[in-house]
Amino acid sequence: MKQFKGRVVVPGELTAEAVVSKQGFNCLASFKKALLPLPSGKEAPCDDQNNENIYGIKMAGKALCLPLTIGSTTGGMIIYCVGDMGRLPACMLYSKEVDPVSAAGIILNDVWTDTPMPVIDKLGDEFLDYVQNGMKINIHKDGTVEVF
Amino acid sequence: MFLTEEQQAILDGKLGETKAKIMKTLIKYGELYGADKMVPVTQEYGHLVTNAGVISWKAAFNLMQRLIDDGALPREKFTLDPRPYDKNIPCSPVEKLIFKIVYSQQKRYEKQLWQLGKKDEDAHTCTCYLKEVGNIPKKGDILSWAESSAVVYANSVLGARCNRNSGILELFGSVLGLVPAFGFILDENRKADWIVEVKTTKKPEAQILGSAIGMKVVDQVPFVKGLDKFIGNTLDEKTTSYLKDFGAATASNGAVGLYHIENLTPEAIEMGENIIKEGAKTYVIDDAELERVKASYPVIWEDPNAKPKLCFIGCPHLSLFQLIEWTKKIEENLKKNGQKKVTVPTVFTTATAVKKEFDKTEYADRLKKTGVIVSFICPLTYSASPGSSKVPVITNSNKFRTYSTARYYTDDEIADFITKEVK
Repeated sequence: MKQFKGRVVVPGELTAEAVVSKQGFNCLASFKKALLPLPSGKEAPCDDQNNENIYGIKMAGKALCLPLTIGSTTGGMIIYCVGDMGRLPACMLYSKEVDPVSAAGIILNDVWTDTPMPVIDKLGDEFLDYVQNGMKINIHKDGTVEVF
Repeated sequence: MFLTEEQQAILDGKLGETKAKIMKTLIKYGELYGADKMVPVTQEYGHLVTNAGVISWKAAFNLMQRLIDDGALPREKFTLDPRPYDKNIPCSPVEKLIFKIVYSQQKRYEKQLWQLGKKDEDAHTCTCYLKEVGNIPKKGDILSWAESSAVVYANSVLGARCNRNSGILELFGSVLGLVPAFGFILDENRKADWIVEVKTTKKPEAQILGSAIGMKVVDQVPFVKGLDKFIGNTLDEKTTSYLKDFGAATASNGAVGLYHIENLTPEAIEMGENIIKEGAKTYVIDDAELERVKASYPVIWEDPNAKPKLCFIGCPHLSLFQLIEWTKKIEENLKKNGQKKVTVPTVFTTATAVKKEFDKTEYADRLKKTGVIVSFICPLTYSASPGSSKVPVITNSNKFRTYSTARYYTDDEIADFITKEVK
């Protein structure tokens, strides 16, 4: 087990399985299938062809580990809408500072809904080097992340 | 964050619960990045990224309805990204049916847009900064915009100040006429983290150069050296069209919100190399590097050898200069390949205001004769429909490639491809 400490963006305490994007996570491209009002989108399989780490891997209910998000500025709104559909990851864990695009979606969920998604950022490069798809993750309200 | 009395009153609910929540959202957004105050939006018009009545974006439309119902309307009128479909674009009956389902919120959203303050009927384009559209910030203007390609253009080519805001947040900034002071709003964050040295033997394809830089620097600021010798030192229509496509690729293949081009863009001219941070990293781009980047794009057609059924050129929307240049290019290639009309159904996308100007030129008729369709749509949203995502599409846009199953070709490759017999 390794422990990491980051900044709490939205507090939360949970256990989930890691889904790890070692490269910039493109919200619009990744959540395209999740946004389809079809059963195939329910588990939010990553639909970003350019993301060789997690293309096709289910993200709903998982601990999404990433450096930061990239791409379209629809990203934050996409997070908000995917949240409304109940298809978001259980939490998002950033190795770098959360980027403004996804921060918008995270804050919208926090302020405008009753189902905020816990988010921790600034976990450091070592966190992203260490964590792998399928590992077990515990997160705590003080920004501590345990990876098993 | 320091708030003025007026701002504190909004947060305390003196102007209603909805505006209080908007203020709370913007404060949280700013405080994440250490903003110590709000600054007023100074650009005459906003720009929204939310462009389509997508069935699964209901949460966004419900939120917009709340703004309308509670009178929390933007202080400024706005332009917004292009509409998602156009009946003039060839598609099967099944695709048509799926469009109707996927974009079932379109009518509702169109009504909301007028209630919120859409600038005019020509307001739908990702290239709002073109002179025909008329949403053109001045140097130093503070914006509350979204749309990655427009934000990077406004910051870099026009010297305006805007963060990479997300959809809805840009609307919130317009409602209060305020944005938190962080990121590209502040001088210190407009300095370059990277020096990019362009050492190619010929003018690099804008879309691949932008892609390479976006993938390398991700969200940091590049200072590009050696490009001015290929594209000149004047921000004329030819050069700004190049920078439009270059920037869109940096912003979609990475998360670039601001770039500087040596001897060309306003802050690079004003500050020279003083705009480069101490200890900036260096990225050298030569012919081999561009080839490597291009070869890395995956081909995800169900049948990689399928004949293309559609070609999109114009993501971001084409400028008037590009429409004319592409008309000439298609004509030249048709002649070279012994054809009268394009052999792959081809759509040029542009703003309706630009199309109106194009239609006044001799080139409009000439283009029509080649069989190319000119449309106002967003190819990206078009192809996001599940009915269309399986159609083998080709494009010269790196942004479009990133968000769809479309296959990328350079300008020259695609002009040749669509004007010769398809085998």
